[in-house]
Amino acid sequence: MLRLTSGVIAAACAVFMTTTASLAEPAIVYSVGGKFDGSFNESAYAGVKRFQDQDGGTVREFELERDAQSLQALRNFASRGASPVVAIGFNQANSLGQVAPNFPDTDFAIVDMVVDQPNVRSYVFKEHEGAYIGGLLAGMASRSGTIGFVGGMDIPIIQRFLCGYKQGAQAARADIRVLSNMTGDTPAAFADPVRGSELAIGQINQGADVIIQAAGGTGIGVLQAAADKGVLGMGTDSNQNGLHPGKVLTSIRKRVDNAVYDSFQAAKDRTFEPGIKVLGVADGGMDWVLDENNKDLITPDMKAAADAAVAAISDGSVKVHDVVTDGACPF
Amino acid sequence: MSAGQLPRWVDYGLIPFLNLAAAFLVSGLVVVLIGENPLDAVQLLVWGSVGYGEGIGFTLFYATNFIFTGLAVAVAFHAGLFNIGGEGQAYIGGLGVAFACLALDQIVPWYITLPFAIIGSSLMGAAWAFIPAWLQATRGSHVVITTIMFNFIASSLMVYLLNNALKKPGSMQPETRTFEAGGRLPFLNDIFPSFGFGYAPVNLSLFVALAACVLVWVLIWRTKLGFEIRSFGANATAAVYAGISPVRTIVITMLISGGLAGMMAINEIMGSQHRLLIDFVTGYGFVGIAVALMGRAHPVGIVLASILFGMLYQGGAELSFEMPNITRDMIIVIQGLVILFAGALEHMFRPAIVKLFTPSRALAAKEA
Repeated sequence: MLRLTSGVIAAACAVFMTTTASLAEPAIVYSVGGKFDGSFNESAYAGVKRFQDQDGGTVREFELERDAQSLQALRNFASRGASPVVAIGFNQANSLGQVAPNFPDTDFAIVDMVVDQPNVRSYVFKEHEGAYIGGLLAGMASRSGTIGFVGGMDIPIIQRFLCGYKQGAQAARADIRVLSNMTGDTPAAFADPVRGSELAIGQINQGADVIIQAAGGTGIGVLQAAADKGVLGMGTDSNQNGLHPGKVLTSIRKRVDNAVYDSFQAAKDRTFEPGIKVLGVADGGMDWVLDENNKDLITPDMKAAADAAVAAISDGSVKVHDVVTDGACPF
Repeated sequence: MSAGQLPRWVDYGLIPFLNLAAAFLVSGLVVVLIGENPLDAVQLLVWGSVGYGEGIGFTLFYATNFIFTGLAVAVAFHAGLFNIGGEGQAYIGGLGVAFACLALDQIVPWYITLPFAIIGSSLMGAAWAFIPAWLQATRGSHVVITTIMFNFIASSLMVYLLNNALKKPGSMQPETRTFEAGGRLPFLNDIFPSFGFGYAPVNLSLFVALAACVLVWVLIWRTKLGFEIRSFGANATAAVYAGISPVRTIVITMLISGGLAGMMAINEIMGSQHRLLIDFVTGYGFVGIAVALMGRAHPVGIVLASILFGMLYQGGAELSFEMPNITRDMIIVIQGLVILFAGALEHMFRPAIVKLFTPSRALAAKEA
């Protein structure tokens, strides 16, 4: 039955797909936020674009509208000969777990979740390590001794980020006060810049003078409010320093683009290997950005401290608390 | 210009068809504007939704959700109530399904779990509709406002529960553990392999939805309660004068409505996802309003409208897959146009059609 169905689909595809000829075309399935979400998916898109610009490859893309489509999209790409098929976002883990065994000759990759199959490469990030660097820099830059955090939804991945941020801030100065707010309880919490700006202003009124956003599109409002009120913002996922030059202390990047580019490149060079790739500050999977826009904000002391922290986390002498595996945040 | 002036086939067939045709015409113009061939787009949409077994399976899967939420809105319509809280009632209904499945999945087979899931989901959905209903009935707080507010409360409650009480320890995902076989409804592909539904998640709850349609029809048109609901909806003052209790009617109608919305969770949670997860409703509750409007609040109409929206959901996904220029946002535009023409502009063509039919009928009457 399975073979018959895929045969029908393949025949149907042959009718409808006359233009795509190359076989090993890579494909990517973005998470529900859409590829221009200004943070997570967009970072993945940056990897796609880099591959297209540098290697001249074509990439087939699909943006999920709801999670139920994930299974279909992954299967569609795989049955049309795309390889590797990269799934962005933990929501797709279940679907990929079902699809991967049916296409043993196709390479798959997933970002943000582990799928244990012989043809899947799983990229996971240690967001808390990046957040630690962010907290450290925020703690050093703060004059008032109060810093802020605006998150999207109150879900584990954001809690983990918050905890790393607190730990980093306390490493900078022990008496630091960290204000934190979550934007909401629906996915809209990641796309609500107006509310992000309100929360940031609330924190500024309570004395916060550095505010980090971990809220996707909502964060645009956080950075805007910080810039308007004359305090410092801090970006995440993508490099957001340029949004308000001189008003964004730094950006804590999650290099989803590297993961995507890496998987495409590996498939192209025929060096694609399954397994788990854990990316943290040690291997550049999480980093902080120092560029034209924030070079006057980062003092030599701060740069030295951040570099030292990167080195310490990399060699294991500083361990950043991970709420997912280590339990509730002690800070 | 009441509906009674038109033959039934015009009222229930021709007018919806014209509305749909207008919606697709405008959608076609939008497709032309972005530089794609609208005929190819329609062909892809239809092929993607009903052209092969798996596509049909996905269409029916989405349709199952819409039948539940559409019925929920329709029942409230009949009492003149506008329940736009289907979203939250379905979300909370998921809790009822999850409780049943988590408690029973390792002990009994699915056909024992299913009745508990049905009871659990409808009870939770009804409970979520109760407070808005009671406030409307006794305090006059409008259900439109209160039900939509309850959607947000439902989101907050579910995020809290999934993060703090129901989540698998050590997991990044706000979701419960995956149900064992006793908490999973059989896929139709396993029951009817010859249809070739493939990997489509359409499952037994489709039949639960169809049974609900029959029951709603019986309730509304064949019972005393249904008569009270319709009387109250047609003219509340007259209904009260006739001895129908407004408080009782409003509360019971909303409980039924909420229960039907809650049952949507059976399809998603027990039928497809096999775990309770965050945001599984994703708009089905709101689309249910359009389904009920288009289906004229009649179960048959609702089934047809649900299939249409299922086609738009499934065919739309295939369309954006095959034509990368047509993004998922374009699909939402097309769906929006269908809702606009079928719902909001429902009466646009009516005066012209009434004009068209009235003289001929008068003539026919004279001749006869």
